[in-house]
Amino acid sequence: MIPAPFEYVRPTTVEEAVQAVAEGGEDVKIMAGGQSLIPVMRLRLAAPETIVDLGRVAEMRGVRDEGDALVIGAMTTHAEVITDPLIAQHAKLVAEATETVADRQTRRRGTFGGALAHADPAGDLPAVALALDAELVVAGPGGRRTVPASEFFVDYLTTALEEGEVLVEIRVPKLAGDWGVRYEKFNRVAQAWSIVAVAAAVRRENGHIAEARIGLTNMGPTPLRASATEAALSGAAAAPDAVASAARSAAEGTSPSSDLNAQADYREHLVQVLTRRAVTAAAGL
Amino acid sequence: MTRVSMQVDGVTYTDEVEPRTLLVHHLREALGKVGTVVGCDTSNCGACTVHLDGQAVKSCTVLAVQADGAEVTTIEGIAAPDGTLHPVQKAFHEMHGLQCGYCTPGMIMASIDLLKENPDPSDTEVREGIEGNLCRCTGYQNIVRAVQQAAGELSGSAATPETTGAQA
Ligand SMILES: Cc1cc2nc3c(=O)[nH]c(=O)nc-3n(C[C@H](O)[C@H](O)[C@H](O)COP(=O)(O)OP(=O)(O)OC[C@H]3O[C@@H](n4cnc5c(N)ncnc54)[C@H](O)[C@@H]3O)c2cc1C
Ligand code: FES
Ligand code: FES
Repeated sequence: MIPAPFEYVRPTTVEEAVQAVAEGGEDVKIMAGGQSLIPVMRLRLAAPETIVDLGRVAEMRGVRDEGDALVIGAMTTHAEVITDPLIAQHAKLVAEATETVADRQTRRRGTFGGALAHADPAGDLPAVALALDAELVVAGPGGRRTVPASEFFVDYLTTALEEGEVLVEIRVPKLAGDWGVRYEKFNRVAQAWSIVAVAAAVRRENGHIAEARIGLTNMGPTPLRASATEAALSGAAAAPDAVASAARSAAEGTSPSSDLNAQADYREHLVQVLTRRAVTAAAGL
Repeated sequence: MTRVSMQVDGVTYTDEVEPRTLLVHHLREALGKVGTVVGCDTSNCGACTVHLDGQAVKSCTVLAVQADGAEVTTIEGIAAPDGTLHPVQKAFHEMHGLQCGYCTPGMIMASIDLLKENPDPSDTEVREGIEGNLCRCTGYQNIVRAVQQAAGELSGSAATPETTGAQA
């Protein structure tokens, strides 16, 4: 199938992009890598009047070091994220999760910003952004604003992006100290989305777990933090028993759905197992 | 209509296209490059894989207008001008890496991309490297063997990688 007809605009700067969105009529859609948008347009589940393609906005692509944080351009592709030396050094969790996204071809086109703006509950990168306390920089007709990841994901496929706003870049704070990370994804077939996944970052200090940050994928309409497990791990012994016991509260406060892949109660079980594995690995146990 | 210009298998084509035209349809219907096929409507099967500026992409999930100014290589552009098969094509032939052959153009284009990144992949690395390509016939076993045989041949003769433009 082919998409319904649309007007096509290809801006080259963020300013032009914001303007193109403002002038794009009632039903305007931003296109990043198109790896989620083109499939839904092909099935005519979306039929926008105007497409604003960000593919030529060079300033939105690439990674830079800003001292205490990395800034990842929204148009940086998944393939670029996986091979970026700054991300490998300061935000390894992002690279590890991105490696599990889709397949080689899709990762060549799909973007970090597109995956966050799409906000699919089964998408792997929102939970990582949440676990790392990332901040999303958004440009609109009124200028720029910064939204913390904890406020960005509002509901199923819904973000804090207002009409006319473009996600420009994502600030990911560097982890300072002795951190280990792990992304544990459970799916059954190649190139499949997560049935459940867990993103963990753990800081060890003197044989103890000083701090743990845990993001959950597909345990509700938005990504979630496993707050009860995080609290139980804070100050706990860096030992398998302590981790296993803390992981038992990983499903607290979640509201997973039931679908063809799994029932909600199975997801609640799975999230505990995956949290234990992710934290164990991140803590180097 | 939007004017797009792209180099496909070494030849430059300039055409007026509707923005909604998918790259795969442009290749097949406007340029006659029917070696690249469509296998699904969900961006899953990888049968439509081509190289866009040297990188494997699913051409059913790229708009033709997005390839404006780019260099595209299809399965039709990888053999030598005298018809000598590309080492990956040859290996799929020799190792029986196909049955019906529908997935083969995409499998070969994805495999070439994988081998550029990883010249000596293990069994698991091949399976993960071509996870974006589905085959309903072979059970993958011989595809994996073919990719590994091609890896051996390519690393033995370092000068064989894809050189579309130069061959045309
Ligand atoms: C076969 C297949 C398997 C996949 N498997 C996975 C998987 O396992 N895990 C996973 O996480 N993802 C998976 N994906 C999705 C993939 O990660 C997409 O790349 C991603 O969801 C969307 O990124 P994109 O750049 O292609 O965005 P697009 O498809 O271009 O856009 C997606 C949405 O976000 C909006 N948008 C994009 N960029 C911006 C911006 N800068 N500002 C404002 N709005 C914006 C668009 O308007 C659109 O609504 C898969 C996709 C495919 C085709
Ligand atoms: S036809 Fe492109 S992925 Fe199936
Ligand atoms: S050989 Fe028939 S689909 Fe692969």
